[in-house]
Amino acid sequence: MTVALKGEDVAKKLGEVFPGAVVASDKVVVVVDSQHLYKVAEYLKNTTGFEFDYLANLAAVDYVDYFEVVYHLTSLKNNHSLVLKTRCYGREKLTVPSVYSLWQTADYQEREAFDLMGITFTGHPNLKRLFLWEGFEGHPQRRDYL
Amino acid sequence: MAIKTEPFILNMGPQHPSTHGVFRMRVTLDGEVIVGLEPVIGYLHRGIEKLAEGRTYIQNMPFTDRLDYVTSMTNNLAYAMAVEKLAGIKVPERAEYFRVVIAEMMRISSHLMGVGFFLNDLGAMMTPVLYMWREREKIVDLFEMLCGQRLTYNYMRFGGVSQDVPEEFWPALKRFVAEMPKFIDEYEQLLSLNEILLARTKGVGILPSDMAVKSEPAGQCCEPAVLSGTCVALTHILSMTDLISMSRWGALGTAMTDTW
Amino acid sequence: MEIDRYKIDLAETERIEKLMKKSQRPIPDPDDWLEEELKRNILLTTVDYVADWARSRSTFPLMFGLACCAFEMIGTAASRFDVTRYGMDIFRWSPRQADLMICAGTLTWKMAPAVRMIYDQMPEPKWVIAMGACAVSGGTFRESYSVVPGINRIVPVDVYIPGCPPRPEGLIYGINKIQQKILKDSIKNYQ
Repeated sequence: MTVALKGEDVAKKLGEVFPGAVVASDKVVVVVDSQHLYKVAEYLKNTTGFEFDYLANLAAVDYVDYFEVVYHLTSLKNNHSLVLKTRCYGREKLTVPSVYSLWQTADYQEREAFDLMGITFTGHPNLKRLFLWEGFEGHPQRRDYL
Repeated sequence: MAIKTEPFILNMGPQHPSTHGVFRMRVTLDGEVIVGLEPVIGYLHRGIEKLAEGRTYIQNMPFTDRLDYVTSMTNNLAYAMAVEKLAGIKVPERAEYFRVVIAEMMRISSHLMGVGFFLNDLGAMMTPVLYMWREREKIVDLFEMLCGQRLTYNYMRFGGVSQDVPEEFWPALKRFVAEMPKFIDEYEQLLSLNEILLARTKGVGILPSDMAVKSEPAGQCCEPAVLSGTCVALTHILSMTDLISMSRWGALGTAMTDTW
Repeated sequence: MEIDRYKIDLAETERIEKLMKKSQRPIPDPDDWLEEELKRNILLTTVDYVADWARSRSTFPLMFGLACCAFEMIGTAASRFDVTRYGMDIFRWSPRQADLMICAGTLTWKMAPAVRMIYDQMPEPKWVIAMGACAVSGGTFRESYSVVPGINRIVPVDVYIPGCPPRPEGLIYGINKIQQKILKDSIKNYQ
């Protein structure tokens, strides 16, 4: 059975290594600032004790004041999982660093988030629309579409 | 004298016999060897998430049926379990066990279809599909006894199932479970030593474990790797069993997958 | 010579947008010749009868399953609800060899130019069955931003089969209806 790591413990450890990165933490979730996201993800992937080598899910959520990108990470070696979140504020020109170089599965999932929510992932090799055709105007999954 | 060649982009369009639904591939060919492939998807993007925004939780249950229409009960179950976790609803024990039984039956039927269409693609035109469909019809009859539908069931509710099991279900299920191993033996006899099948699948499409972890396939992608003898141990692929982490009535289901 | 993939994507966008603009109203159903059976003369009637009888009993359906209804279509073709007994033995994959297009499943705007292209590639005489609620009118997904509200915006439809998904018996009833419709047809319509 995969153990879900406690968000607060992970947040404490991350706070020692990257001061100022963790914005909030919960029993399950760690929320990280979007500028530190890539370094935190790299740390979570490569350090012994965490070794999150499997990105199970990447999703984007639209709370009206901010957008949130949610990463469900799992470690196959240590058999534990974690939920990592990052936020970007505003409605236009949203950028989040891409984690494609760490987990290849982020390729299509980030394209989906870009297509449906309009979040741009910097460093993504091929960021174009996935489900809808190129000339489609707007990002349908946003709260203010239709 | 070398002949000048250049790679050729061929469009295996959205309607194609082997795409099983709509899926487009832009294939870069060098002669007859595929050197690059770019999948283009979105031909069945119905905007279910957007439609679900304007409906209540229970009104979204039929939408989950249509996400993966091969295993609709399991999608219903996943959605029901997610909502129950959020709302803290406790499911009675009988319902829990029964939902596992249904999910396993659904898994058997979907594996039957998967095997049938896999062989269809390998060249055996429709014969394996007809054989597998025979058993699938039996399972679908059982489901029709429960909820009246053959494909998109909408049977799970938050806190259990929508209606209780009719009397004739349990004897029918027992009959099915008793008969099924005989059919699996029949398939094994037809397929395991089939020369064409072995020639076309042995050693083909081996997914080495490091590439598998890097690109994180889900579900049936690891089947061909098992076929060719390389066992890729991906414990997290079975994330469905994380959800349905109760007593396994799935002896029949694993027997089916183990025919490979 | 490197082919620009972005140009291919833009060309697809152009096709989709053009088709969207053209498909604002549904195409009227091809029914108006059904009343004219009384006007046939005697000589053509025998030829018509034989031709229609032959055509209706040996239609080659085109396998056009888009979504969930495709599974009920395959179920109809399987051994329990046999559709071979109606002459539809082999489901053709290529539109050039088919004359009945059974459109089963939800049609999205992205897929619509492909459907139109396939319909145009079928040789005359051809018929279209819209199977399932999504093909008839958009179904549950009618209000979505990317779903065509009924395939009769893109191709003219002869028989509509409601249901979600329609049972195999329902599809067989639809096939009976289209056989009756073909029997009323006349070779004058194709000259």
